[in-house]
Amino acid sequence: MLTDQDRIFTNLYGLHDWRLKAARTRGDWDGTKEILARGRDAIVEEMKASGLRGRGGAGFPTGLKWSFMPKQSDGRPAYLAVNADESEPGTCKDRDILRHDPHKLIEGCLVACFAMGAGAAYIYIRGEFANEAKVLDAAIAEAYEAGLIGRNACGSGYDCDVFLHRGAGAYICGEETALLESLEGKKGMPRMKPPFPAAMGLYGCPTTVNNVESIAVAPTILRRGAAWFSGIGRKNNTGPKVFCISGHVNKPCNVEEELGVSLRELIEKHAGGVRGGWDNLLAVIPGGASVPVIPKSVCDEVLMDFDSLREVRSGLGTAAVIVMDRSTDIIRAIARLSQFYKHESCGQCTPCREGTGWMMRVMNRMVEGRAEPEEIDTLEQVTRQVEGHTICALGDAAAWPIQGLIRHFRPVMEERIASYKQRGAAMKMAAE
Amino acid sequence: MSAETDAPPGQESYQPASFAFDAASEAEIAIHLAKYPAGRQASAVIPLLYIVQTQMKRHTDSAWVPRAGMDAVAARLSMPPIRVYEVATFYLMFNLRPIGKWHLQLCTTTPCWLRGSDEVVRACREATGIAGWGETSADGVFTMTEVECVGACVNAPILQVNDDFYEDMDAERTRALLAALRDGKPPPMGSMIGRQNSAPEGGATTLTTLAFAPEG
Repeated sequence: MLTDQDRIFTNLYGLHDWRLKAARTRGDWDGTKEILARGRDAIVEEMKASGLRGRGGAGFPTGLKWSFMPKQSDGRPAYLAVNADESEPGTCKDRDILRHDPHKLIEGCLVACFAMGAGAAYIYIRGEFANEAKVLDAAIAEAYEAGLIGRNACGSGYDCDVFLHRGAGAYICGEETALLESLEGKKGMPRMKPPFPAAMGLYGCPTTVNNVESIAVAPTILRRGAAWFSGIGRKNNTGPKVFCISGHVNKPCNVEEELGVSLRELIEKHAGGVRGGWDNLLAVIPGGASVPVIPKSVCDEVLMDFDSLREVRSGLGTAAVIVMDRSTDIIRAIARLSQFYKHESCGQCTPCREGTGWMMRVMNRMVEGRAEPEEIDTLEQVTRQVEGHTICALGDAAAWPIQGLIRHFRPVMEERIASYKQRGAAMKMAAE
Repeated sequence: MSAETDAPPGQESYQPASFAFDAASEAEIAIHLAKYPAGRQASAVIPLLYIVQTQMKRHTDSAWVPRAGMDAVAARLSMPPIRVYEVATFYLMFNLRPIGKWHLQLCTTTPCWLRGSDEVVRACREATGIAGWGETSADGVFTMTEVECVGACVNAPILQVNDDFYEDMDAERTRALLAALRDGKPPPMGSMIGRQNSAPEGGATTLTTLAFAPEG
């Protein structure tokens, strides 16, 4: 288990002041100038060596992503866009970083911008985080005031701006190219790739989009070293990670633990256990709404990291653990997610625009059992026709929860249909 | 159908004839325009729509974006008005018609639903007399909107009132909150059961062994 000494987000719960003076006592902005003095390549190499994988859901190696940015500018400026559009149901980790540890993020912006030759970072924060935005805005102003960012940031000779930009209520803007469209003042509709943002991103310039947590851990990695970070967790799944544990647990919470912690230990040690005890567990969605649900039999043993969860055909995603006990109507729980994706589809691609609505309507009938048993197969086939056939991953995200439901809870769906038919038959007989 | 819904979009009877930014809004606009490179001022369309909505709240106690406000944004940013309308209608946080003084935004997505958002919804309906989503109470005090995940799931269920999150809700706490709002005395936002933000109820299991130098 992770010890407090190895935790990065030492103000996760807001027990301390978020302001600059207090943040410095927790180690933020310590030796930033010396970090930058190591040079761009050394920083990228250190990030690569740490094994940090992106904390926004896809798990792509952060150092590698940084290395894709052009080494020599062709005259165009380069940008960092920080994805603070945290909207994946179950996920509320970045919120704590934004409101309680904003200086870790701002320092991370400087380090990342420097390592990628970017002159400015735009932090795109979801509109609903209005109060979090106020904190971050004030923290950015403090950092400018203290000369930590802006002209000659930290006395390094490097110029780096950090700007805050609020979204306005669209899940799709968490998709990196939709985020860039939105930042340019348009509807948040994803772009085709290629060209990738590193070649043509914000305003047609080289851009890297990183999650809040990925950026906020960077300064600590560079201070304590890649070896320290990669010594935590498991091979290819290194470092500490903020987990969000919601749903049917006794004490829902956010907590920073090491990757590879067992799901059961995570829930029992930090979230007070499953309501009614471990044996009362029905299923868990282990990484935010879009990853497939896993039944208790899998939860008993599974470890919480990218590769372990992939092996059980689910995913770590954002590490948002949604716990459901045996009282849960699992079909309704997933149907509500289908409603979410239908609501959030941007409407650009036909399979997603039409498919999310179709899947939601069928799922709503499945909740009642008002369906034919064969329709379960039809539903599964339709999810396959949406998956992989859209510009962005929202179509996949809408398909996976339903696939997980059918894979693990098909008998529950069949039983629901049978009992609906039985009720119908009984009513018919009573009417005769 | 009422005359209101018969009117073409933007020409409903509640639409003001004109909109002009006030001094407070102008100061805000300058801050936002400075964030974007020359020629990229369209990036400020969302910030400026917020400024319109906030100014309406300041002047009328109803946070919404009238058509004339969208036109003012378009003029200020040298954008065709249709581009501004597109943005204003795509993003859900812009209210396109007048709303109540207190905007009750109820999250009913799975994590909130698992923790009892149904009873929060019921309590809101009973206390306000509002039957459907997006409707405003007869006295104009409350508007009820169903929202998707607001991103505070370990403190579910969440009731967002205007910009503030009220967390760890249940039916009784909802009734108490609405009564306080009706009296114009909103309690401090955050957990309604006194939790330390997202820490587990009853005390954190981590971050208990660290001491930092005095912060004074």
